[in-house]
Amino acid sequence: MSRPAPGPGSPTVARRSRLGTWVADLAPYFRKPNSRQEMLMALSFLAPSLLVLVAFVYFPIVWAFGISFTNWQAGAGTTSFVGVKNYVDSLTSGDFQNALKNSLYFLVLKLPIDMALSLLVALLLNQKLRGMSVFRVALFMPVVTSMVAAAAIWRVLYNPSSGFFNTVLNSLGFLSLRWLRDPNLAMPSVVLVALWKGLGYNIVIFLAGLQSISRVYYEAAEIDGATTWQRFRYITLPLLSPVTYFVLLIGVINSFKVFSLVHVLAPDGGPLNSVEVLVFYLYRLTFQRFKFGQGAAVSFILFAIVLGLTFIQQRVAEKRVHYE
Amino acid sequence: MTSYRLGKFFGRSASYVLLIVMSAATAFPFVWMVGTALKSPQEILAYPPTLWPHELRWENFVTVFKKVPFLRFYVNSIIVTCLITLWQVVTSALAGYAFARLHFPFKRFLFTAYIATLIIPGEVTMLPLFLLVSRLGWIDTYQGLTVPFLASAFAVFFLRQFFLTIPHELEEAARLDGAGRWRILLQIVLPLARPALATITLFIFLSEWDNYLWPLIVTNSEAMRTLPIGLRYFVEESGSQLHLMMAGAVMAVLPILLLFFLAQKQFIEGIAMTGSKG
Repeated sequence: MSRPAPGPGSPTVARRSRLGTWVADLAPYFRKPNSRQEMLMALSFLAPSLLVLVAFVYFPIVWAFGISFTNWQAGAGTTSFVGVKNYVDSLTSGDFQNALKNSLYFLVLKLPIDMALSLLVALLLNQKLRGMSVFRVALFMPVVTSMVAAAAIWRVLYNPSSGFFNTVLNSLGFLSLRWLRDPNLAMPSVVLVALWKGLGYNIVIFLAGLQSISRVYYEAAEIDGATTWQRFRYITLPLLSPVTYFVLLIGVINSFKVFSLVHVLAPDGGPLNSVEVLVFYLYRLTFQRFKFGQGAAVSFILFAIVLGLTFIQQRVAEKRVHYE
Repeated sequence: MTSYRLGKFFGRSASYVLLIVMSAATAFPFVWMVGTALKSPQEILAYPPTLWPHELRWENFVTVFKKVPFLRFYVNSIIVTCLITLWQVVTSALAGYAFARLHFPFKRFLFTAYIATLIIPGEVTMLPLFLLVSRLGWIDTYQGLTVPFLASAFAVFFLRQFFLTIPHELEEAARLDGAGRWRILLQIVLPLARPALATITLFIFLSEWDNYLWPLIVTNSEAMRTLPIGLRYFVEESGSQLHLMMAGAVMAVLPILLLFFLAQKQFIEGIAMTGSKG
């Protein structure tokens, strides 16, 4: 009733071409004073955020894309257009491949354990036993802890001479390990910290998902004599799948963006660059070696990877995720 | 009564044991941090190491304060985080309301353009952002630390979703009474959206408080470092002086943990809410 103008996609204009639609949509805003007023209103509501996005997101993106086709390097000769050379060079360079490999290794090592463990703890917490809130708080503490502080704490725990882990190993009669200084152990050591830091977040998300599943299903299953496992497999898992999908998606994206944790745990990229993940490599390339052109290309490759993985996950999710 | 219970499977006591082990393992690094922070340099090297120091050395904290301007890092972090959080909430509430309720040309296109920024990793824009900010002369300034982050598409999306759940009728009644959009937003919509506003405020605050890459790039002087960057350099400088390193970590962690203990319900429910909506 009180709608002053047909919004985009209203039935009268639905069948025209896109451009035609926009023009037709625009018309009423200029005719009716009411609509014009609302348009100005919308403009004033949007302007503060839109201006920031244009200046500090859209414009930099376009600029970065332009830079990625040049050989711009701060303090090194003239800059010229080099086509897709940066992309080809990056994809074929050993350093980049090592960084990509490390990022994938981090993801593969962390995500399955992370999801299984946080779901298990969420199931345990969902039993409404006494003292649950105490556990919830304890498990959530690392989430609110600053990443740099977390990494500093774990550096001390991993300390080869006086750290906690080697003390335990020694007292059990084992030899000390070199943890972050051992090329094979460095990445698992980093992953352990990431697990510790992020588990509480996923637990809370899973717990919220579990609590939103209606009890009716479990009551019906109980009447039908379903076992605990069957109820988990055929009720909990399917109805939880949108939440699981969310945790997975965020987990994959965030795995590719890991930086501060690694930068504090192993400032030099670890032994044999074994923990130099993609963003770490990008940071060094751009802000330590000042290869702006190649850095921009790598950042778009990173973007493409994240986008591609999101797209694949979405396609899989269409088939697998059940909505109530 | 008949709710799904893994407890039957594991047994109640087994559940408790598992949870206690998990919680203890999670809390342990904090205990080690505080213990180490209060040790003397000799006791750190002692074998076998002690979990809790024989003699509490509170002067470690004084030493840290003498070595680095921790208070300055704090003030910087508070200024930067509060500016960004407040501004993001205000601009996002406005934009979110416009997308939820107003009719204007290119609405769908603009909304898609906002959402598109969510899939772009911030790392992609770091270089041009740095070049832009340095051309503006904002390196090592509060403007440089805050201005590029004064809008957030995630907050816009989150608040829009919430505004859509508020019944139209309330606003229409107010409009019939002659209230303008601004009054409706300020007096009807925003008060009703208080839980969503609180959630998004907390969410932005936490992520900005821990922001690392950008302040690392855009600050040069010690005086402009935020807490994560200040702590990071301190960690590098303290090297083998683990007691000082942990004293620094305690100072960085303690206030936010205290805040969390005081408002843990809001923290946890807020995170659950952004998870289910985002």
